[in-house]
Amino acid sequence: MAYSFPEEVLEHVFSFLSSDRDRNAVSLVCKSWYEIERWCRRRVFIGNCYAVSPDIVIRRFPEVRALEMKGKPHFADFNLVPEGWGAYVHPWIRAMSEAYPLLEEIKLKRMVVTDESLELIARSFKNFKVLVLSSCEGFTTDGLASIAANCRNLRELDLRESEVEDLSGHWLSHFPDNCTSLVSLNMSCLGSEVSFSALERLVARCPNLRTLRLNRAVPLEKLPNLLHRAPQLVELGTGAYSADIRSDIFSNLAEAFSVCKQLKGLSGFWDVVPAFLPAMYSVCSGITSLNLSYATIQSPDLVKLVSQCRNLQRLWVLDYIEDSGLEALAASCKDLQELRVFPSDPFGAEPNVALTEQGLVSVSEGCPKLQSVLYFCRQMSNAALVTIARNRPEMIRFRLCIIEPQAPDYLTLEPLDTGFGAIVENCKELRRLSMTGLLTDKVFEYIGNHAKKLEMLSIAFAGDSDLGLHHVLSGCKSLRKLEIRDCPFGDKALLANAAKLETMRSLWMSSCSVSFGACKLLGQKMPRLNVEVIDERGPPDSRPESCPVEKLYVYRTVAERRADMPGFVWMMDGDKALAFS
Amino acid sequence: MDKSSTGLGLETELRLGLPGVGEVEKNDKKRAFCDISGGAAAAGAGNNKNQVVGWPPVCAYRRKNSFNGVKMYVKVSMDGAPFLRKIDLSSHKGYSDLLMALEQLFGCYGIDAKNDEKGWNAEEALEDADKCEYVPIYEDKDTDWMLLGDVPWEMFVESCKRLRIMKRSDAKGAKDLLKALAAKEDYSSSLSN
Repeated sequence: MAYSFPEEVLEHVFSFLSSDRDRNAVSLVCKSWYEIERWCRRRVFIGNCYAVSPDIVIRRFPEVRALEMKGKPHFADFNLVPEGWGAYVHPWIRAMSEAYPLLEEIKLKRMVVTDESLELIARSFKNFKVLVLSSCEGFTTDGLASIAANCRNLRELDLRESEVEDLSGHWLSHFPDNCTSLVSLNMSCLGSEVSFSALERLVARCPNLRTLRLNRAVPLEKLPNLLHRAPQLVELGTGAYSADIRSDIFSNLAEAFSVCKQLKGLSGFWDVVPAFLPAMYSVCSGITSLNLSYATIQSPDLVKLVSQCRNLQRLWVLDYIEDSGLEALAASCKDLQELRVFPSDPFGAEPNVALTEQGLVSVSEGCPKLQSVLYFCRQMSNAALVTIARNRPEMIRFRLCIIEPQAPDYLTLEPLDTGFGAIVENCKELRRLSMTGLLTDKVFEYIGNHAKKLEMLSIAFAGDSDLGLHHVLSGCKSLRKLEIRDCPFGDKALLANAAKLETMRSLWMSSCSVSFGACKLLGQKMPRLNVEVIDERGPPDSRPESCPVEKLYVYRTVAERRADMPGFVWMMDGDKALAFS
Repeated sequence: MDKSSTGLGLETELRLGLPGVGEVEKNDKKRAFCDISGGAAAAGAGNNKNQVVGWPPVCAYRRKNSFNGVKMYVKVSMDGAPFLRKIDLSSHKGYSDLLMALEQLFGCYGIDAKNDEKGWNAEEALEDADKCEYVPIYEDKDTDWMLLGDVPWEMFVESCKRLRIMKRSDAKGAKDLLKALAAKEDYSSSLSN
């Protein structure tokens, strides 16, 4: 029984459990295991900052050292969540500054972070080591200066894809001379130029620096200075990859690259001048991750580069690579696991490059380890999708974006139901799926029947009726996140599957046909869900109950009703009076 | 997007579309740009991708850092101002953001009636409509002068070559243009009925 081992022994055993799922399972065994486990949990992951409150977390886990948290729903990336919706981290920082003085790590995604928060972090946590702000916003370079100046043991400062108000590059100079602990620095999202000499000195005095992602403003001619001071780099993000075409610049660059024998990942490559690409050929054979998604270079140059990277596992690239380039990729890179192809001209009416479904088919044929795909293109066929599905049954993530909404199979003009049906039927391990093109309720029937491991589904301009939504909600056992825009899904399926929503992290529906009345009903029926109506047209009760809401965001929560809602968000509580106060 | 009439005299529905389309007439002039700052999704009857917000699903960070390079400085002229200014379109997130920046740039308040942190409010914007002294227009790739706000933000940034802040009282031409456009829309929609 529980008393056969002393606490310390159990605690020691539990220390080998790093996965949250395992720790959650352990804490359900009995009360004493729950108690022991909660005192020794060091890492907490909160997938939705509004699912729980700081107090609840702190009460249950008093000795946390690392917090990872996500805020806004994914569709915020596409400007579908209005400014001011929420996801403020400050209340969390305030609470943790008192409860967790030994906190070492904070990783946030899609949250609003202010300079005040950054300053509080810098002041409160003496042993602070890791700050990762992914797609965050609300802070300036002044906040970064506080972190640089005060966090003596800072190991990671990663601002990936955040929107930072760039007041000046001076923040970097705030790292004290005795700061030597940096392992990872990602400042690629910043616009301003930092003092290059300060950067150089910082890089030189941090012997453990593994990841350095520069911003566009760092000139290519100066890159060798940094590489020479950090030959141990494993991941490099260049600045602008352009300079006057001079042989000395080229040879310096080539020489500097050749010194970096550990490089595995490359990114950056803004404003590429192709003439300088061969300078990095010496490192290509070791490269496993290559992000060329900002490199506006044409297919021949891309092919020359990529075919040198025989050990490539991950490639992000623009559609300039074209079908021919993808065919070459399939021939050279047999270890490829992840491919993302982004559109170079997403708003153009006509295709500007020769990239079709064929490119993806080639890669699915040639790359036996391919498991993760994000692909933007302008045409697709059921035949291609069926081929891809049969070629790669171990696919885990499949995100296809056909640029024209509701585009049919371009060969047969039929819906793409069969194609996506083949994907879910063959790819039994599929965890994430994004679909586009002309799709009827049929595809949702296939998904509900087959996609048993699917955790995240994104749908746009698809389906005919509530039956589509019903298939998904009733069939997809593992579904955690569902995001839907512009689909004719309404009240029936939602209300019939209300209980399902408590088993999921969240549901997003915008520009669908869910009525205000149904939202109210859902809020009343399901007290453990937050049902948020997001509507910029003014109060929903100024319109008939049957009027569809603009946006609906439903998520399970154990927290109290949030107190930071802006004027365009209405919470559907059981108590209607509260909802409109 | 729901276009059904609420049965009230006042159409408070916000969308990205030409003013005057299917709307109560008296709102034509007032809605000229006060509803630009709203930005509701406009999925609409015609699923033309050019009208759709947030489509294709390229994330904001990527959009900001790709397509047309780093900065997108365009000239801004304001009627009555002695010199022009320049503004970087790529550094703004949307129409409200841009209009606020324009107001600050020229030290005048009256381009965008809404300045409310709590979010757009239809009633307030309509009430304040008379305070809007200026009409923001832009010249697009085809050298046509366009009213701000009709197309999704990303499309606007791509096609805008220069901005002009026209005085409402001087914008007779614009008013007539708007009237003519509205009349044309009414005519074509009456044809399809």
